[in-house]
Amino acid sequence: MKVAVLKGGRSLERGVSLRSGARVEDALQRLGHEVLPIDVGPDLVKRLIAERPDVAFVAMHGVGGEDGTVQELLEILGIPFTGPGAAACARCMDKVQAKDAIDEEGLPTPHWFAFNQTAFREFGAADALGRLGETLGFPLVVKPSRGGSSLGVKFAASAAEVPQALISAFSYDDRILLERFVDGRELAVSILGDEPLPVVEAILLEGDRYDFEARYEIGRTRFVCPAELSAEEERAVTEAALATYRALGCTGFARIDLILGADGPWLLEANAIPGLTDTSLLPQAAEAAGLSFEELVERILDLALKPAAA
Amino acid sequence: MAEVPEPTHRRRSHAGTRDLERYAGLFAERTGVMRSSAMRDLMAITARPEVISLAGGLPDTSTFPPHSFAAQMTRIAQESAAKALQYGPTEGFEETKDCILEVMGAEGMLPDPDDIIVTTGGQQAIDLVCKTLIDPGDVVICEAPTYPGAIPTLCSYQADVVQVECDEDGMQVEALEQLLGELRSEERRPKFIYSVPSFQNPAGVTMSLRRRHRLVELARSQELLVVEDNPYGLLRYGGEPMPPLYQLDGGDFVIYLGTFSKILSPGIRLGWAVAPPPVMEKIVLGKQAADLCTSTLTQYFVREYFAERRWQRYVDDLVEIYRARRDTMVEALRTYFPAEATWTEPEGGLFIWATLPDYIDTSDLLAKALRADVAFVPGQAAYVDGRGSHSMRLNFSGVDEEEIREGVRRIGKVIAEQVELYGTLTGEQRAPEPAEETQPNVVPFRKAEEA
Repeated sequence: MKVAVLKGGRSLERGVSLRSGARVEDALQRLGHEVLPIDVGPDLVKRLIAERPDVAFVAMHGVGGEDGTVQELLEILGIPFTGPGAAACARCMDKVQAKDAIDEEGLPTPHWFAFNQTAFREFGAADALGRLGETLGFPLVVKPSRGGSSLGVKFAASAAEVPQALISAFSYDDRILLERFVDGRELAVSILGDEPLPVVEAILLEGDRYDFEARYEIGRTRFVCPAELSAEEERAVTEAALATYRALGCTGFARIDLILGADGPWLLEANAIPGLTDTSLLPQAAEAAGLSFEELVERILDLALKPAAA
Repeated sequence: MAEVPEPTHRRRSHAGTRDLERYAGLFAERTGVMRSSAMRDLMAITARPEVISLAGGLPDTSTFPPHSFAAQMTRIAQESAAKALQYGPTEGFEETKDCILEVMGAEGMLPDPDDIIVTTGGQQAIDLVCKTLIDPGDVVICEAPTYPGAIPTLCSYQADVVQVECDEDGMQVEALEQLLGELRSEERRPKFIYSVPSFQNPAGVTMSLRRRHRLVELARSQELLVVEDNPYGLLRYGGEPMPPLYQLDGGDFVIYLGTFSKILSPGIRLGWAVAPPPVMEKIVLGKQAADLCTSTLTQYFVREYFAERRWQRYVDDLVEIYRARRDTMVEALRTYFPAEATWTEPEGGLFIWATLPDYIDTSDLLAKALRADVAFVPGQAAYVDGRGSHSMRLNFSGVDEEEIREGVRRIGKVIAEQVELYGTLTGEQRAPEPAEETQPNVVPFRKAEEA
């Protein structure tokens, strides 16, 4: 089968995407497929039309590749592709939209407020920050609405730290959210087709929980899979993740990140195209379920080609 | 910091490749400290052609005359092909050492040729010194900020890196003395003190003569090794020449590192180390294990090039070009950076260190800057402990004056937007006026950095 691997692009997560893409290409080759690697640029559509791949493996992260843009193009061209469809991608990419959808479904997500720059620049939203701090409490989390990895995510321990955190978050997106901080265990549930894979827990070895950079540095975070959870906890976590996956309209695969607090799971966000590098969580979860990376890639392709049968 | 862009296309051969985790159990513990971070991923996109990159540390090799290069290489092919294509001595050719003596002589140093080893670039000289001296957990003292490229080397040998603040006169030797006292009370003896005393990378500052003397005194009285890394010493655009630490010490307690990268070409990968004989003996053994010898071909090239006796004129040409670029960058900073920003005005070298208000994180700012197609090195890259997040390193040697001006303008614009937004957020409304041209914004280090 001729498989186009879409990777790279102009997003800030270009580096991760190139690594995901290279690993997928290796696996596809070992599986005996004809691989067409494409570093996505202005000639994408032309190349797809000329090369007519049977399926596209989307190994892109961040704006452009994970937000539905590329998926929309693939839908127009009639090329089956891996991962969620355009609409689901757009919902997952935008944390505010995703939280809206999760909340509407009655699922628990930490209380939040969203603002765009205009609110501050033109409507004096800064004057509402004090009240907002009272409602959410401290520390609170400030995130760019659209942004991957941990880029631009900051904690504010007090009201005085909020402006600085906002400046960082606004470096990545015009819309940001302020979210109540939930203390608990950091878990990720990858879903393949309709099947939840074993839960991964991220345990910080060094630094404190307010240091987001640490999570993505090799050697500073330990990932445990399957996470040590009671049967009851595992059921609650997996059900919440599956319900989120459905609420967002995901198909193929996605990774749901959540916090397991004293009062149960709190849903944070969904990643429509989770990383596929050698340190990424989806491949780790698949391996814990007994799927090698090749088997994972083959299964993702199957889901793209015959979603109904999956 | 990698100075070479990553290839965007990589084709591994499919036979025999396996997924990384199948090897993971075999990795040495030290690979765990070789970190990859989100910021490094950001740097991957600075290689896009539309991005004006003030992030590199590249010298300008475009003015090296191609005909001269061709003539030298032809001469080597005709007269010494067999030797130039053969292995050479681990320490390097005597003729290469003669060239090194000329370069060091130009800064007043007269080492014994037997104390010199030719290395594969200055970076290997740093690596070999670490390999010779560092056991896991050993203390190594560096400047704060320090050369970003030294950090991964030090970390890969599992050194415990302690950084001493710099100001406009280089490393604060008074603070170093205090630190040495503290370490002594813990019965910890630093293996060496790493310093770039002239036109420091990244800060652009130069250690004062008084501090140079004091540092050498300290080294001699406490029998401590100082590793003097001096890639830029001959690239001086103003002020009075300073004696290298090596010259002041005479080579007993100072290990000297030099390179042809900034005065000729980084592509030839030729650097050197000068060390006292017992240390040199170990360095040579380390070099033998690492790569047997430095490229004989490029050593022949340097020999031919120096025989023409024009190397100093070429350095003079580079000095003219870089001085104009530094002036352009300083001018652009005055025009386009907001009044809250400060920066160093280096008398030489390749870099300016700019510091922004403490509510701006330069790693985050880089994301915004990249959308405006401009890049710099976030200050955190020059610290081991997460400090430096309000500063940035700007390179003025690798791009032409027009690009410097445009690059600084673009960075200034994204900073101004953040300054204005901060004003809105805190209720301190202020117009994002650029600094007055007359205002000398040259307070290089904010006290806030020390906290």
